[in-house]
Amino acid sequence: MDELCTGLCKLMAEAGADVGLAQFVSLLVGVLLVSGVPLVTVILLIWVERKVAARIQDRIGPNRVGPLGLLQTFADMLKLLSKEDITPTAADRILYNIAPLVSFASVVLIWAVIPFTPFHYGVDLEIGALYFVAIASFGTLSIMAAGWASNNKYALLGAFRVVALLVSYEVPLVFALLAPVMLAGSMSLVDIVNAQTGMWFVVLSPLAFVIFYISSQAETGRAPFDLIEAESELVAGFNIEYSGMKFGMFFAAEFLHVFTNGILMALLFFGGWMGPLFYESPLIAFAWLGVKGTIIYLTTLWLRNTVPRLRIDQIMAFNWKFLVPLSIANLIFLSLALKILQELGMAPRDLIGASFAEVLPATIVMLLINLAMTVYLLGIMRKRGREARRESQAGAALARAGAAGD
Amino acid sequence: MELNAVTIGFFIFSVFTLGGGIGVVTTRNLFQGTIWLMVSLFGVAGYFVLLSAPFLAAVQILVYIGAIAILITFAVMLTRSVTRIRERYIRTVPSFVASLALFLVLLFGVTVPIFGEQNPEAIPAFVMTTRDLGVALVDADGYVAPFLLASILLTAAMIGAIFIARDEES
Repeated sequence: MDELCTGLCKLMAEAGADVGLAQFVSLLVGVLLVSGVPLVTVILLIWVERKVAARIQDRIGPNRVGPLGLLQTFADMLKLLSKEDITPTAADRILYNIAPLVSFASVVLIWAVIPFTPFHYGVDLEIGALYFVAIASFGTLSIMAAGWASNNKYALLGAFRVVALLVSYEVPLVFALLAPVMLAGSMSLVDIVNAQTGMWFVVLSPLAFVIFYISSQAETGRAPFDLIEAESELVAGFNIEYSGMKFGMFFAAEFLHVFTNGILMALLFFGGWMGPLFYESPLIAFAWLGVKGTIIYLTTLWLRNTVPRLRIDQIMAFNWKFLVPLSIANLIFLSLALKILQELGMAPRDLIGASFAEVLPATIVMLLINLAMTVYLLGIMRKRGREARRESQAGAALARAGAAGD
Repeated sequence: MELNAVTIGFFIFSVFTLGGGIGVVTTRNLFQGTIWLMVSLFGVAGYFVLLSAPFLAAVQILVYIGAIAILITFAVMLTRSVTRIRERYIRTVPSFVASLALFLVLLFGVTVPIFGEQNPEAIPAFVMTTRDLGVALVDADGYVAPFLLASILLTAAMIGAIFIARDEES
């Protein structure tokens, strides 16, 4: 029996089943389980999101269907399913119908590489981090296809704005993603988590985490970057012509994407399944990952419901003039510091399995570098803010003078 | 050729690649053409997976589908007529001659052993990992010079593009 056949497959083969069949069945069960987790989670997530938003806005939120309104999503799903399935006459039929599927699949496919525990994952790809970025590009594609295939000018305008936003924020996202990859010396998500036994990467590179957090908030199209559904400006954005379950797919994809990003950040920066007693049982490891991911997810909801929407030019200026240079500088300083520390013998060459004491000196140096960069950045931001204020005050004074002169 | 998972995968990805290519040149709709182009590029990414080069597969999707094809859709949508293009490509004879010549060269190169005897068993069973690829790119004995040259070229191209696109007065 080869190494491909372990676990369930091995049990079945020992019970007398054909090895090929056993392999197929166990793979099928694995695929169903891995894709089932996000599909079931999203039903609950919609309830969580609405309830949290309601509480922040001093409302009660869904509370009629089931205890605490837990079954509200099922009622909504039934409503969406029973609606008429409309395809506009002038739409590009095939693209119009495929776009929501691609949108949802682009999020579910990320879960293939997410390690739930040290031993339970869909697949431990050698290029896990890069796979995540590559799959995300399908999401961009689906929005473009939806906007164009609808044959509606508002949908197309919405798609233009969103794709410009997504393509731009992919740049700092990838640069920030390189920080954990560089620290771990591997793109595999399992290796990245294993490299955090000594110290979480959020301590080693807090700036990378902040950049990743901001850009993933933009990638999911949440406030302050919610150009995707700027109702007051775009009618509804790229999905204006969609109704029923096809709209529901876009909706579910967005909600799931936010949670997926929470889990990803927990894996990349917060040690994934690491926590007290995680080696005792895979269930405890899984619970730690869930707790960390959920806390990050809740902070994104909090942010979404607190800040107002930015204008598109402000979003673009913030990205290209601030976030991208910052992420590049962060990467340069990080790699330099890491190499120098390794040459001096202050940091282990391989962080996988390194203990807390081994990583501590490197952590202190890294933290100091990050602190220095943050102080410098805050100085720049303060100067820019002052200049902008002075300009706007001067403009207002001019306007007053002009009005008085008439 | 024995029928196993790799062979089946090869045929599926070939259908994607060739079918996408046919779609690109036959459709009368520019946007659908770019979508077909993405299908074709996706098939090529599949080949990379079959050849145990997952890094190249991911880069293929990220760069060609995620960046270049999206840029092409932008450009396409800014053109005047996207659908029902009536203009036909008229230089059919030179195109036909060129593609036939390319096909014959490829056929000749694959079937006739110009560069010595082809022996599939002689290829070492060595799978190049992503780490090996990365080391080869920065190793002095590897490809560090071409890698740096390409980086400088790309930077120069980017600065040039910014300079050309810049407003005169600013």
